[in-house]
Amino acid sequence: MSEIAQKVTSIIIDKLGVEESEVTPEASFTNDLGADSLDTVELIMEFEKEFNISIPDDQAENIATVGHAISYLEENVK
Amino acid sequence: MELKRVVVTGIGALTPLGNTKDEYWDSLAKGVSGAAPITRFDTEKFRTKFACEVKGFEPTDFLDRKEARKMDPNTQYGMVTGEEAIKDSGMDLDSVDKSRIGVIWGSGIGGFSTFQDEMINFAKGDGTPRFNPFFVPKMIADITPGLLSIKYGFMGPNFATVSACASSNNAITDAYAYIQLGKANAILTGGSEAGVIESGIGGFNAMKALSERNDSPETASRPYDKDRDGFVLGEGAGAIMLEELEHAKARGAKIYAEVLGSGMSADAYHITQPHPEGTGIELVMRNALEDAGLTADKIDYLNTHGTSTPLGDAGEIKAAQRVFGGNAEKMNISSTKSMTGHLLGAAGAVEFIACLMALEKGIVPPTINHFTDDPEIDPNLNLTFNEAQEREVNIAMSNTFGFGGHNTSIIIGKYTG
Repeated sequence: MSEIAQKVTSIIIDKLGVEESEVTPEASFTNDLGADSLDTVELIMEFEKEFNISIPDDQAENIATVGHAISYLEENVK
Repeated sequence: MELKRVVVTGIGALTPLGNTKDEYWDSLAKGVSGAAPITRFDTEKFRTKFACEVKGFEPTDFLDRKEARKMDPNTQYGMVTGEEAIKDSGMDLDSVDKSRIGVIWGSGIGGFSTFQDEMINFAKGDGTPRFNPFFVPKMIADITPGLLSIKYGFMGPNFATVSACASSNNAITDAYAYIQLGKANAILTGGSEAGVIESGIGGFNAMKALSERNDSPETASRPYDKDRDGFVLGEGAGAIMLEELEHAKARGAKIYAEVLGSGMSADAYHITQPHPEGTGIELVMRNALEDAGLTADKIDYLNTHGTSTPLGDAGEIKAAQRVFGGNAEKMNISSTKSMTGHLLGAAGAVEFIACLMALEKGIVPPTINHFTDDPEIDPNLNLTFNEAQEREVNIAMSNTFGFGGHNTSIIIGKYTG
């Protein structure tokens, strides 16, 4: 697992209170990990803070699964 | 329309004196002080360095971590006491009609530390708004009754009352009135507050409202003592299940007491100073007696607002003497804030629970820390100084007043059928 993937996983475990085994690439924040609309906003903010980037709203809307988050960050984090 | 009768069937408490109703009652009877140096933050630059904090409270003992993280301590306190009161009531949540159960909850400030933390975070940034999406729902004072309804499925009347230090007495008063009017079968009521933070101590210090007796925190809250120098900030919550009498009887509930009446009034005078003649305070006690249909000689115990401030304490006692006449010298009077400190929006709830102890156990909780008589306070009154007194208490009155000039008074009595 990449360093980015590890950090993303631990943020999700912390913020959503889920087990590591649930945090699979295809897991949807809302459908599988119990996040509501506010949780997903908070997750995006935590990613921004952790990786020191700014994720525009129109792109944040497309980050719906663990895999989306990891691939977006791997592409955009310098 | 005939008003329904309203009884108390459940109690929960999280206070500087103990984290359950039983621990709280034990400490009240023993005359323990809840004050100590503040542990939450560095007080070096603060004029007041002590408070009555809740001790040994771990939110995750009661709430799952994810749930707890989204709640201000103010709400965590409310959730824990709410659960204790529901369990204490023995109510079977699977069989009651939850569309007829409400939650009416008081808090003077709401999510104070959430507000403080978000503002600090914003001020540290470059002006870009990066507020947490839970900021507003964590902070707002009405989120506690909202979350209690979500957790237990109570779909009856649901809102918060805000009247500073009178908030939870207003909540209890509203809950009582709605059940009387038949708008709910039961209402979980009470209040919470979590203001022992930099903004709370600093804000009240700026008003010169707090005691600064840093060399002796445990004797700082001394209502009616000549050398009182302000209130001691407290925190915590109290929860009470109020229930329509027939509903409680039908399910064989233990009945602690009956709510007999309540009064409300305003000083219409000043934002923080009490009226020098105490006219609004006199009015609220008279309103409560009238509402209960009782004469002043029927009250055995008066739990005063008595915050340990120079003006407030003397004014309330003088008003009480005008209301109670000859009975003022026969009744027990005490300020349990001498032990708990001032729980602001939760004060009414925890003092209501202190009155329930007096009824249930026949023990009047004391006004501790009495050292020197104040010539402004009539020495013929029984202010229950320093030690609890045994007494058959059939009817008790509890006063709380809030900044803004809000006055509330509630009367409870033993349920006698």
